[in-house]
Amino acid sequence: MDTGDTAWVLTSTALVLFMTPGLALFYGGMVRSKNVLGMLMQNVFAMGLIGVIWAVVGFSLAFGDGGGLIGNFDFAFMTDVMKFNADGEILNELPGLDFLTIPPILFFAFQMMFAIITPALITGATADRLKFKSYVLLIGLWSVIVYAPLAHWVFSPTGWLFKRGALDFAGGTAIHINAGIAALVIVAMIGKRRGYPEQPMPPHNLPLTLIGTGILWFGWFGFNAGSAGAANGQAAQALVNTSLAASAAMLGWLVVEKLKDGHATTLGGASGAVAGLVAITPCAGFVGGMSPIIIGAIAGVACYFAIGIKRAFKLDDSLDVIAVHLVGGIVGSLLLGFFADKSATSIGSDGVFFDGGTDLLVDQTVAVVAALAFSAVATFIIAKVVDLVFGLRVDEDDEETGLDLSQHAETAYTS
Amino acid sequence: MKLITAVIKPFKLDEVKDELKRSGVQGITVSEVQGFGRQAGHTEVYRGAEYTVDFVPKVKIEILVDTVEAARIVTVIADAARTGKIGDGKVWVTEVDSVLRIRTGEADADALS
Repeated sequence: MDTGDTAWVLTSTALVLFMTPGLALFYGGMVRSKNVLGMLMQNVFAMGLIGVIWAVVGFSLAFGDGGGLIGNFDFAFMTDVMKFNADGEILNELPGLDFLTIPPILFFAFQMMFAIITPALITGATADRLKFKSYVLLIGLWSVIVYAPLAHWVFSPTGWLFKRGALDFAGGTAIHINAGIAALVIVAMIGKRRGYPEQPMPPHNLPLTLIGTGILWFGWFGFNAGSAGAANGQAAQALVNTSLAASAAMLGWLVVEKLKDGHATTLGGASGAVAGLVAITPCAGFVGGMSPIIIGAIAGVACYFAIGIKRAFKLDDSLDVIAVHLVGGIVGSLLLGFFADKSATSIGSDGVFFDGGTDLLVDQTVAVVAALAFSAVATFIIAKVVDLVFGLRVDEDDEETGLDLSQHAETAYTS
Repeated sequence: MKLITAVIKPFKLDEVKDELKRSGVQGITVSEVQGFGRQAGHTEVYRGAEYTVDFVPKVKIEILVDTVEAARIVTVIADAARTGKIGDGKVWVTEVDSVLRIRTGEADADALS
């Protein structure tokens, strides 16, 4: 055990937790005022439900040694997550993670925050119309059936994608592609908001969205630099990569927006920054130099244009989870196949631009396709079940009234 | 007695109020309103999606005055609120049957002074 490493991951854990209320504000500002509490609640509620599920079974299914596809129940109900030997030294029995210099229970906690924010990412797509009790059932099942296995594939050294050599530093596949494709599937099933797109539904409070963006950027330092699992050079490189990618993506988005739409907007700046943060997530500890700036800029531009996907397919992805998380996650995961540079952090492997050939790019492509396929199919089944049990959508009256009052009997703004 | 109603550009409210005070007006009622006239609304763009906002924010001022004062006050408001650009608003005058000052029970002209 290393006290410096432990201190940094403890800090990072708190930083990543803070991203979920940050995400709540980011999304909350973009919905109409009658739905802002509904949106905040869906995000914050993940901190309640998923935390408990993670302790009961999620962590064990993600990090137990059950083969390449899923973990097992060795660590269910917190069993053996924290253990001491006769001399009072901490025992680490996490499969494949014996190199960790932090207590296994801290690894549990750090990963718990990732499990919490991932289903929360989906809420942006289904804004203003997802029934709360259906959301509860949906993310509960989804966390166990979709998130835990995917996290196992890429984050656990016993997972098949990890073993294959696919790289995902902090969650391009298991988190962003996963949540992004799940959002697409659920949006296709739940249908568009009443009145969309004829009726304008502009963001009700962009200052909230900007505050949320700041919290996300801040928390992302824990998300990515904390994923080094140690307070070392790799963590520092990951932190720098994270910030530079967000900066470059903001610029990329704003330049295109200014040229296409006539103005550089606050929402565009915020969206660009988040797109860059998403794209750099799989790459954070594996690239260096100017690569994060190039990756970020590409992501900012790509995600701006990806907004067109929902229009082309007539999907009401209300807050653009597909454009930002699905496309941003794919862009980052695939670009890593080009920009990975082992000399930057002494871990990982080399991509196409660093004399590594196409091996990594192939592995990255396999990881992306596998995440897309598994999450799409499993999410469809879960959402279908939830739809049969409770119905995914609120009824017309409740939607017209707004989620705040209809689902939670509260009003955000009183005059 | 007359009721003068004016719909003006919000940023002109302070000037209009100051001029009205200087002209001896004892009280006004102000509300924030929306509407459209010849001045079109505007467009807003969120992530590439354009929305047209048809209603423009305006301020509505209501003033009760003695009949002989009405024409002068209308001029005061119009002069203070004018920018010369489209969207400056309108002022109109309507007849008032009766006025009562609630505190004292004074009626009509007495209630206005």
